[in-house]
Amino acid sequence: MGLFYLLSVFKKIKGGSILKKLGILWICAVVLLFFTACSQANSDENVHQDKEEKRTIKIGMITDTGGIDDKSFNQSAWEGIQAFAKANGLTEGKDYKYLQSSSEAEYETNLNQFVQANFDLTFAVGYKLKPAVEKIAAANPKSNFAIIDEKVDLPNVTSATFKDEEGAFLVGIVAAMTSETNTVGFIGGEKSALMQRFESGFEAGVKSINPKAKVLVQYANSFSDAAKGSAIASAMYGQNADVIYVAAGGTGNGVFTEAKNRKAKGENVWVIGSDRDQYKEGLPENVTLTSMVKGIHTVCEQLAVLAQNGDLKAGTMEFGLKEGGVGISDTTENIGEDTLGQINDYEQKIITGEIIVPKTRQDLDVFLANLKS
Amino acid sequence: MTIDLLSTVTSATLYSAAPLIFAALGGIFSERSGVIQIGLEGFMVFGAFSGIVTTLLLEEQLGVVTPWFALLLSAIVCGLFSLLHATAAITFKADQVVTGVAVNMIALGLSLFLVKQIFSGKGQTDFISYRLNKIDVPFLSDIPVIGPLFFTSVPWTSYLAVFLAFFVWIVMTRTIFGLRLRAVGEHPGAADTVGINVVRMRYMGVILSGVFAGVGGAVFALSISGNFSTITIAGQGFLALAAMIFGKWHPLGTLLAALFFGFAQALSISGPYIPFIQDLPSVVLTILPYILTLVALTGFSRRSAAPGALGQAYDKESR
Repeated sequence: MGLFYLLSVFKKIKGGSILKKLGILWICAVVLLFFTACSQANSDENVHQDKEEKRTIKIGMITDTGGIDDKSFNQSAWEGIQAFAKANGLTEGKDYKYLQSSSEAEYETNLNQFVQANFDLTFAVGYKLKPAVEKIAAANPKSNFAIIDEKVDLPNVTSATFKDEEGAFLVGIVAAMTSETNTVGFIGGEKSALMQRFESGFEAGVKSINPKAKVLVQYANSFSDAAKGSAIASAMYGQNADVIYVAAGGTGNGVFTEAKNRKAKGENVWVIGSDRDQYKEGLPENVTLTSMVKGIHTVCEQLAVLAQNGDLKAGTMEFGLKEGGVGISDTTENIGEDTLGQINDYEQKIITGEIIVPKTRQDLDVFLANLKS
Repeated sequence: MTIDLLSTVTSATLYSAAPLIFAALGGIFSERSGVIQIGLEGFMVFGAFSGIVTTLLLEEQLGVVTPWFALLLSAIVCGLFSLLHATAAITFKADQVVTGVAVNMIALGLSLFLVKQIFSGKGQTDFISYRLNKIDVPFLSDIPVIGPLFFTSVPWTSYLAVFLAFFVWIVMTRTIFGLRLRAVGEHPGAADTVGINVVRMRYMGVILSGVFAGVGGAVFALSISGNFSTITIAGQGFLALAAMIFGKWHPLGTLLAALFFGFAQALSISGPYIPFIQDLPSVVLTILPYILTLVALTGFSRRSAAPGALGQAYDKESR
């Protein structure tokens, strides 16, 4: 893409000296060299078309730009597919396979590769792939797709979303049980319906344990501004908050840095991570109290099983605590015994439907009013 | 209580402005010599990349000094990287905006590619264990009022940035090198006539901008984000460019502009906890940094002070 841009610019420069053109050519050459190097690294990932065997289901997966071992969404999804493949005796490369996307421009090409190779189900992992899935799925109505963590409204796409509020509720309980100052914070990426689920679930969890606790809420208006994340965390810790729950992607990096800085100076502060177990991000100062995790691998495995049995339907499927879609991280070394007990109690209450976790601020107000009475 | 809040605002200002100051000072070197520096963003990306990779690879051997060593190495690496821009823009006289944009694209693609090569396919690096931590300056932090405001919870690099702004100011206005650099940027033909090597001065300007912006990127990664991914540097280079223009290509003006950007944001973040300000609707606080910047730009930047020959390749024959 960049190359074409440069070439078009090159064409436009008519009046320039020959040296000027040489300069652009020089840049082009470097870009070209670089892209060749990239494509060489990826050339072994082409999908081979085998059409003889059609008895077992064929499953493809497209990563977003994070890569297959991003320790997050992509890796988790791939683990789920691998587990399914193992149980059903599929061979990698032939029956199931992934394609890495090294840039957003590759999403559509990668999806197309699976379509052309007649794969039965193609997983698109992450909300970033939504536009690509919408386009390719509409153009190929006979192929089936599944998108994780985003909704695509097409007859051949299954959308898997998460009941984030239930996971947020659980970490809210941990926050309230751990806080000594009775003040906790929530930092969100951008103000949206999705983020409101995190916010209201978290606050509901905190207030269920300690109705008098103060919950500071702030949005960074960015998922990639670490400097702002650190500044917000600094302000919140300055306001006596000792536990901050952050669901803001790259902005969260700054929150971790701020917490580590403070812990290194002897302050007793914690961060609660999101999407995956962020225990390692908190090291070496050990600032990660717990993390709200999404069971992407469970979800992918379940969808694959449904597809195998021919039961996979288009539309949106929501995965909550009950379905293993959300939960609390496996690393529990910073959480006390009685907190773990409380988590189990509330987990049961949510699964049985005794507690319905609020998804919006309005629901939260109702929930809090019911708590008081 | 009030002093605590103010201290949060001032330390956040110094903390987040440091990378901008470094990069914007770099921009001054290049643009004062007459070469437009859109590539600041790219140099910052590459600086952040080399800073984090160096730290990750060497922190076991070197321990606490690793980030400082990484800072130094980023400066050298980005100095070399900027030769790409210099060769295209000065020797080959290519359009400087185009080459700058190319630098930005190459830096982002190349660093992601290298991360994947070095860390076996991962799209982002692990977190570093040794950072450029926020510190309380010994003795100075004990001074009442001034101590908590300016000398607590700020990393050393922020003071280095402020110091360098003054240093660059002296270099630009009080040394032969600075005079020649500015001459080359204002009127390269005249400079050439009196025997200044225009090409060499411009090369130095671009290389220095690479060095400074590289350090800026590394400071951001090592003191704020803690790891490297494609979103680590997202627009800071352009913000630095804006700070430089806002500061009228003057080192101290640029310093103030960068601090002002940081202050506006810190104020909007701490706003909900400050009496009076917290009564304002939250949308006012969110747009505050942009409003303040707009007001400042329209109020103070009436007369543009761009170097005379900015963006013009120097052609000896056309003198």
